[in-house]
Formats: sequence, structure tokens, C-alpha cells
Amino acid sequence: MDRFAAFKWQALFRDWHILLEGLGRTASTAGLALLLALALGVLFGVLATAPWGSGRAVSRLYVSIIQNTPLVTQVIFLYYALPHFNLVLPTPVVGVLGLGVYHGAYVSEVVRAGIQAIHRGQLEAALSQGFTYVQAMRYIILPQAWQIVLPPMTNQAVALIKNSSILAMISGGDLMFQADSWSAATGYYGPAYLTVWAIYFAICFPLAQLAKRWEERVRLSRGGEVTAA
Amino acid sequence: MMEELAALAQWHNVRFLAQGLLITLRISLLTVIFSFILGTLLGVMRFSGHWLLSRVAAVYIESFRASPLILLILLFRFTLPLKPINSGTLAMTLFTAAIVGEIVRGGLNSVDKGQWEAAFSQGFTWLETLRYIVLPQALRKMVPPLTGQFITVVKDTSYVWVVGVQELTGKGVIILGQYGSTVQFFAIFGMIGLIYWALCLAVYRLGRWQEQRMSWLTM
Repeated sequence: MDRFAAFKWQALFRDWHILLEGLGRTASTAGLALLLALALGVLFGVLATAPWGSGRAVSRLYVSIIQNTPLVTQVIFLYYALPHFNLVLPTPVVGVLGLGVYHGAYVSEVVRAGIQAIHRGQLEAALSQGFTYVQAMRYIILPQAWQIVLPPMTNQAVALIKNSSILAMISGGDLMFQADSWSAATGYYGPAYLTVWAIYFAICFPLAQLAKRWEERVRLSRGGEVTAA
Repeated sequence: MMEELAALAQWHNVRFLAQGLLITLRISLLTVIFSFILGTLLGVMRFSGHWLLSRVAAVYIESFRASPLILLILLFRFTLPLKPINSGTLAMTLFTAAIVGEIVRGGLNSVDKGQWEAAFSQGFTWLETLRYIVLPQALRKMVPPLTGQFITVVKDTSYVWVVGVQELTGKGVIILGQYGSTVQFFAIFGMIGLIYWALCLAVYRLGRWQEQRMSWLTM
């Protein structure tokens, strides 16, 4: 039987609101996770360049553990670990925590590279004027690093949106989960998955193009050298 | 607590986890090999500037890059007549090839245009220049991002658990079903995490070694 027969597509479009619900869940999960990742990323990124050895060590430990184990394992760990502490959170919240902590490690590497791309003299000048380290970061370094950091940060956002499909593995009700459960119920896998592919493409492709354009602009404005990874 | 750990540290559990590790390694290795071949082809096509080849490669790269891996794994599982482990490996290979393609293109772009002109002036054809002059130099630039991507491959094998392939994470979750105490829970996940961590570190070290081995190519 044809895996992509017309009547299967019709059935999918009759149930379009199921995908829409999933898209909403994907958007809210990815949005909140991105905020968490940004917060953790700036915190640990600044720590990674801090003058305090213990701060750098903590940051290194966080990045090393998170970047060298799979997101799937981390999210499943979180999903099963919380009940051991009598904490039962809704699955989307587990997803936000897992995704935020995972991408926070990558964002912190981006922030670190951005800070290191700013000339050291800037920090020294600020410190010599009586700024504390945190003040110098807040008012002098980070505002300048922001421009360099924006393109790789956008790429991280794209990766995060794609990775939010991890919710499907813990019944999180996101776009991927909705498509998966709809097709498991109807048996019409082809149309559902291809439609979801198109939706992810419509979100991720423009963002990735934007990141590419910004990257080019940063490179030109910095005299052709590429800095932040 | 010790009894709980002793109950866990039995030969059949270790063997069970090791079977998962072998599957993780198998999927990783096949994905790395085939995505490297396909990705190099895609990168060269994209770089070539040929009106058709370059566009085909661009469409391929952008559509696979924009998709979540889990979606491809599910799609291939339910629309292709393959065993889950094979459809999963195929999904991972096609997905990774798109990213490798971008890395290869970036590497080729980074080689100075003068290299091409010099080779042409010596009578090299386009393909010969690519093969003997440009690719070797590009390869050196590609090693760090490739290493990063191959670390991601090792981690991403855990996605294949979604179609029931019992790789490392999957085996761990199954063991979890039989040993449910808090201590055992942390022991199991600690073990799995440690194995992934060691695998990633090994790939990273291999990449660094390869980079140093090729350092004579830097100018």
C-alpha cells in the first residue's frame, strides 16, 4: 500500500489542530529553555574567564559533564530522578530544565569565546578605573561581546528548537510527539512526519540563514578575522 | 546501600550494559564512516559552483540540517522496510552527512585561491587540484569541527532508543526497571554517563592527535 496516499494527507489536514497544539508546546518549551540556557550560559561563561580559580573549575566541570553526555540520557535521568526526591513535575517542565541545562553549557562556551575576543586592555582599563570584575563585565565587556556572540547564539537557538523534539521521548506533547502519536493511532506515518519536517524547516532554515548573515557582518566589521566559535 | 550496589554489580548486568555499548559503538562507527564519505561528496559538490550539483547539495544540506534527528529516525523507521537499528543508522548517516558537507565546504573555502591558480598553471585539472593540492590542506582545517561533530554522533546514538534499539541508554533504562532504589538509580546513570564521557574524550583525543599529525600542512 502506498505510504503517502492522498487520503492519508486528507486525514492529517482534518486533524491539523493536533499539530498546532504540538507547535504551541514546542514554542513555549523552546522559548523558556532558551531563557534558562542564556542565564546559565552567561553565568558560566563569565565564570570561565573569571580571575578566581574555583569559578573557572566549576564552569569547566559543568561544561565537561554536560557536553560529553547525551541530551537524551540527561533528560531521561532528570525524568526518573525527580521522583526519587518526591518531586513530580509536568513533563514540559522537565523538558525545559533538561534543554536549558544542556544548551546552557554550549551557550557558556560561546559567551566565553566572545569575552576572550574582546581585547584584554578593555578589562584592564575598566579595573584601573575602579570597576569591580563583575561591573567591568556588566558595563564594558559583555555589551561589546554581544555582537560577536549573536550569530553562534542564534545557531544554538536553532539547535535548541530541534532538540526540543526530545519531549517526544517523555510524552511531552510537543510537535514531534503529537505527530508521532497521531500516526501511531492512524498508521499514516509518512504524511505526518513529512509535514512536521516542513514545519521545522520553516522555523529553522530562516534562523540559520540569519545567523549566517550576521556572522558575515561580524567578520567584515572585525577585519576578516573570525573569533567566536 | 552496599547490598544494593552488590545486587547491581553482577556479571549479567555488566554484560547487558556491554551489549548496549557495542550497539552504540556500531552505530557511531558506521555513521562516522559513511557520513564522512557522503559529506565530503556533498561539500565538494556545494563548493564546485556547478549550477546543478551545487544546488542539489545545497537543498540536501539545508533540508537535513533543519530537521530534528529524532524526526528522521522515526520517519525512516516507519516508511522504510529496514530493521530499526539499520534505519536508525541510515537516518544518523544522512543527517550527519549534511553537517559534514558544510564543514568540508568551509574547509575548501579556507584554502587560498592562489593554490588553485598555481596548480592550474602547472597543468593540473580541477579534480587533480582538488585531490592532491586543496583537499589535503582543507582536511587539516576540518579536523577540529569534524571532531566536534563526531563527538555529537556518539551522543546522538542515544536517540535511536526512540525506535526501541537497545543501545547504552536503552539498556540502562531497562536495568533501571529491575533495580529501583535511589542508590541503584544513581549508580546506573553514573555508570552510563561515565561511559559516554570516556567515549567522547576518546574521540576528542583522536581528533587532537590527528590534528598534530597533520600539523606539517599548516603554513
